[in-house]
Amino acid sequence: MIIDREGLDQLISVLIGMGFQVVGPTVRDEAIVYENLNSINDLPEGWADEQEGGTYRLKRRSDKALFGYVVGPHSWKKFLHPPERRLFRANLKGGDFEIIPEKLEEPKFAFLGVRSCELHAIAIQDKVFLGGEHVDSTYKIRRENAFFIAVQCGQSAATCFCTSMNTGPRTESGFDLALTEILDNEHHHFIVEVGSDQGNAVMEKILHRQATGEDVMEAKKLTEEVAAKMKRTLDTTNIKELLYENLEHPQWNDIADRCMSCANCTMVCPTCFCSTVEDVTDITGDHAERWQKWDSCFTMDFTHIHGGEVRASTKSRYRQWLTHKLASWQDQFDSSGCVGCGRCITWCPVAIDLTEEIPKIRDSENQITHPGNEARHEIP
Amino acid sequence: MKLPISDPMTPEPYIVKQFIRETHDTFSLDLFPKNISDSIAFQPGQFTMLYAFGVGEVPISISGPAPMQSGLIQTIRKVGKVTEALDQLKNGDTVGLRGPFGSAWPISAMKKRDIVVMAGGIGLAPLRPALYALFDQRDNFGEIALLYGARSPKDLIFTNEFKTWQEKFGIQVKVTVDTADSDWRGNVGVVTTSIPRVDFDPKNTVAMICGPEIMMKYSVAELKQLGVKEDRIHITMERNMKCAIGFCGHCQFGPAFICKDGPIFQYNQVKHFFGIREI
Amino acid sequence: MKSLESILANHPFFENLESKYMALVTGCASNVRFEAGQFIHRQNDEANSFYLIRQGKVALEVCPPGKKPVTVQTVTDGEILGWAWLVPPYLCQFDAQAVELTRAIVLDGKCLRTKCGEDHTLGYELLSRLLPIIGKSMEATRMQLLDVYGNND
Repeated sequence: MIIDREGLDQLISVLIGMGFQVVGPTVRDEAIVYENLNSINDLPEGWADEQEGGTYRLKRRSDKALFGYVVGPHSWKKFLHPPERRLFRANLKGGDFEIIPEKLEEPKFAFLGVRSCELHAIAIQDKVFLGGEHVDSTYKIRRENAFFIAVQCGQSAATCFCTSMNTGPRTESGFDLALTEILDNEHHHFIVEVGSDQGNAVMEKILHRQATGEDVMEAKKLTEEVAAKMKRTLDTTNIKELLYENLEHPQWNDIADRCMSCANCTMVCPTCFCSTVEDVTDITGDHAERWQKWDSCFTMDFTHIHGGEVRASTKSRYRQWLTHKLASWQDQFDSSGCVGCGRCITWCPVAIDLTEEIPKIRDSENQITHPGNEARHEIP
Repeated sequence: MKLPISDPMTPEPYIVKQFIRETHDTFSLDLFPKNISDSIAFQPGQFTMLYAFGVGEVPISISGPAPMQSGLIQTIRKVGKVTEALDQLKNGDTVGLRGPFGSAWPISAMKKRDIVVMAGGIGLAPLRPALYALFDQRDNFGEIALLYGARSPKDLIFTNEFKTWQEKFGIQVKVTVDTADSDWRGNVGVVTTSIPRVDFDPKNTVAMICGPEIMMKYSVAELKQLGVKEDRIHITMERNMKCAIGFCGHCQFGPAFICKDGPIFQYNQVKHFFGIREI
Repeated sequence: MKSLESILANHPFFENLESKYMALVTGCASNVRFEAGQFIHRQNDEANSFYLIRQGKVALEVCPPGKKPVTVQTVTDGEILGWAWLVPPYLCQFDAQAVELTRAIVLDGKCLRTKCGEDHTLGYELLSRLLPIIGKSMEATRMQLLDVYGNND
């Protein structure tokens, strides 16, 4: 199917009419972030994002592309796994207290402009919050209610490496609708792939025309070109074993000399899921609440046990983050924790780049001997 | 039976039926669910999250039912603001409780073997229900030895039960403390010094160890040297814990979430990471 | 009644010792018994004795001025008491007090170290048995120093 700009606008209003809160890209504070959308006028028309290690800059495009950027500091996790939520309230009643469970909100989100790497990131968080013995009910309801409109990438950023992680740039599944933006010959339109019955039902309500085989080919060609041009790579061969065997590699010290432990990488990462809880009471002391908030393995008290912090050094915290992301995640959730979106590279204030750090460990691996340390080489 | 948990992050109210002072800094709570009439089911070795009103939540091992205490027993050492708040509880007060969570001592896989139980400090707490589970079917096991170490005589817990354990259930109990004044007639030395003082056949032995990491490290080394197989040594790990259900990420230890994959691990499952600094 | 030699041979410390050395060691040995509360030696006493505990319990104590004596280690059945007899200045490091009725074999340390000096194979044999015990006790001391059960704060 094919829709033009008016069709896209109509898509937003139809979804709003169906009770969806449509969220997607918009320009705020010199960045493209995900917020509420009312029409296509809220989209970042004619904006591109220039990215490098430690650098993010919006730049004017010569056209009126609505999805002519890559990814910004936000990811969809802020809607599915909210940065903070109340877990319960408790009221003192004499010497006794009662716990008041939280009523489950049931927001219905329509996500417009989801990239392939981001769909993979959501699939990864699904395993965390839905795949185990316990289920995160807030995540579950938001996830089940959500309507996904993917956008196939028409360009990559210099920080992208999704081809190495097998997460893009073309998305094949996990969406209700997927758009490919075509800007050729002043005729701005979107080739639409339908990925679900609900997607089909929505499309019925929108002015569209059928796509030709040629259109579909054109859409495919576009992402193939993006893939071909992607420069950054990460060799993931045996990466779990590589990291497990190099927990004491000197490169961790080198990174620690640069890392500021600022937690930016964890905040922008679309798969990072850690949280903490905070207990608050009002001034009378009779009413208490418990809140869950995003947390980061880079914070000092993250590993506090009585007597001190387990990971007191920056070295150990960075090692934990990267080893979790690329290695132990595989043991825990049967997939990598990295989707190659490059956010951690862009938003690192000192431009630490995992695609540069991993090769340094890999290249030196053969030169390093571990005298008397053979026992360590048994990987679980 | 599983406790009915409406939301795994929302505590259920429990009533303190009995507050039991164990030592100068350690106490036990005998707890009953306020809303549930069913009996409380748990596996020895599991833990719960205890919530003190307005202060916070802490992971606490389940240390019984035990004789004279009929509910869910939790033994707590005062080390922070939540445990200090719990220390203020009186009989009849309410606490919030989530759980039980985590892995258990694999008692049923220990049949016909000798059992060495090594406890350090408050580490005896999660081992007490394991001991009672062994006593329940005493004939199914060979020698049972409890090696218990603590900082000083005043830090020992559950001492009034040791005599019954020895006499009624025929287990060897060796208690040792790191330091004592000359009034103490018992053993002084680290807990590993008790290993050669008890009878067991290392080739046919299962070990359960709970204590500080350093104590467990030396204990594992000693047992291995005697010929106890790595996959028959079980240890418990401790890390910061917020959710207890694998969502918060705090308790990671290498690939393991201590809350759901642990707290009890077969030693060979975690040995690659055990003892690595700041892991 | 068991002969001294068979008692010694059954003590873990002398397990599998060559018979000619066993005989030699037995030559320096005699039975000894301490009542509960009895001091076996005091700090800075000449270390002329090497005890192999058969049964009982001995506390090694230090007594800081103005404080109660502190027990730093206890030794019991099948273990040994003292190795200061082997290394200069041959002085006891701790007070050793029997905390219960204790039966032991005492070896004449002076006699033993002379024999070790004459026959280095015997010397090596004894040191090989003593060193792991000394190593273990140092390891234990470090662990006690770490105060692993403490609050650390």
